[in-house]
Amino acid sequence: MADYTPQELMVVCAAREIRDGEVVFVGMRLPLIAFALAKRTHAPEAVGLFENGLVRDTPSRELLLTMGDAPNILGAEWATRTTALMGLLAQGHANLGFVGGAEVDRFGNLNTSYIGDRAHPAVKLPGSGGGADIASLARRLAIIMAHDRKRFPARVSYITSPGWGEGGDWRVRVGLPRGGPAAVITTLGVLGFAPETHEMELRSWHPFTTADEVRASTGWDLRIAPDVRETPAPTANELRIIRECDPQGFWTH
Amino acid sequence: MTTKLLPLDEAIRRFVPDGASIALGCALEPLIPFAAGHEIIRQGKRDLTLIGPISDILFDELIGAGCVSRVIAAWVGNVSEGLGYNNRRAAERGQPHPIEIVDHSNYSVGLALLAGALGVPYIPMRSLLGSDIARNHPDIRPAPSPFGSEATLLVPALHPDVAILHVQRADVEGRAHVWGGLGICEEAALAARGVIYTAEEIVPAETILSDPNRVLAPAMKTFAVVHVPGGAHPSPVQGYYNRDHAAYAEYHEHSRSPEDFAAWLQEWVLGVPDRAAYLGRLGAERWQSLAAREPRLAAPVDYGY
Repeated sequence: MADYTPQELMVVCAAREIRDGEVVFVGMRLPLIAFALAKRTHAPEAVGLFENGLVRDTPSRELLLTMGDAPNILGAEWATRTTALMGLLAQGHANLGFVGGAEVDRFGNLNTSYIGDRAHPAVKLPGSGGGADIASLARRLAIIMAHDRKRFPARVSYITSPGWGEGGDWRVRVGLPRGGPAAVITTLGVLGFAPETHEMELRSWHPFTTADEVRASTGWDLRIAPDVRETPAPTANELRIIRECDPQGFWTH
Repeated sequence: MTTKLLPLDEAIRRFVPDGASIALGCALEPLIPFAAGHEIIRQGKRDLTLIGPISDILFDELIGAGCVSRVIAAWVGNVSEGLGYNNRRAAERGQPHPIEIVDHSNYSVGLALLAGALGVPYIPMRSLLGSDIARNHPDIRPAPSPFGSEATLLVPALHPDVAILHVQRADVEGRAHVWGGLGICEEAALAARGVIYTAEEIVPAETILSDPNRVLAPAMKTFAVVHVPGGAHPSPVQGYYNRDHAAYAEYHEHSRSPEDFAAWLQEWVLGVPDRAAYLGRLGAERWQSLAAREPRLAAPVDYGY
């Protein structure tokens, strides 16, 4: 039995996507902690952008349930308008962005809008927020997902946030200026995208599961990356920092 | 001097007619004008168009109360808890009645209001290309840049009938100071025909005029200023009170069924005459537990010459 939760490992995997010195469009939920973890470990020079209009070069000193919580504003290096932040994203200043979704497909397209027919949806989901902008405009995209067959259909019924579309050079063809999904961090593993085809492939399975279980939990015949391996477990230091950030386990339990 | 100070019920009665388009929740998660939204529900407004980015639960409440016929927004739900049950019931089953949904992203709804603020018919953007938000949108249109070959989407201007914004402080002449992340408050204030400010404090004009850079929009855009301490609860107001996370969890739990929501609405909206009574129902202990714990004053700036 692992001495950490899947969510704690997901925070670690998300933090590892952040390279030192990068500008990160942080988003909601687990990435709020991943940004703090990266800042306190391998990426002390990373800068966080928050779409409510904040730029931070230090993590918040308290757990955030939303990016607009008061502790995230105290100590910000800039408090401004959403359109100003989105303008930086649109110019290509964000090296990495995080988004989550209800459904993700074989080419990393995300649905956070409608399950089923848009006019008579089986489930009305909340919508894009800033997710579609981050997916459109960040240089690299990291997707955070709970992993099961329902959430991983071969093709999403509605593209809220564009991934690699139909694969190949789709993003270029539709005119997106850059970017595309680089990683999908799930409760079961970490997936990436094959060069050229941009089809999702398994890069690592988490220590408490197997590659076969990940494939069985995916709604299409998931490819396996040539260098597939087990996800490195969190270090004691990483777990200590996560638990300092989220002592009650609001996001990580 | 003309005073724009009004009681909340009169401001809503005068400036939010049935059928109006109203921008709300423009700072995203903080400064959400819940007290004004609850007064809209108490007055039984109908056929409203709601405009906003991430509305948190206020849009869900207004939809569930039957005030809304159209939603122009990037996200409707409960930020720390997930889905909004009233939004789901309206979209999935037409309960309490069907709503028209015009989907945006935070950037595109901000640009629509910015276009309104700038007095131009549209603004081009490079977000949402290839998305179903753009494909299904009734007004967003693709067009190549006339200055190059880039694909763009044209986002047409929005002009809300009224923007309702909660702020830290305002004067009676209609000028407001607001600080923290601004979201799309400035764009909404300038694009709207007029603004209702609900304010934690009403301060002398000299206080506002001492720092004109902190004023959100000119008084010519102001319909009314309303003094509503605690008017953003359960959302946070920087320097005044923190987000009441538990209230979002309670709302989530108590809006699962239409019957649960009707009871919640009776307890927290219909059954209280105003915000003071609402805060009374919340209880002094809980309200005080949310108060800002330590002042963190900015350094003064010098406008002297």
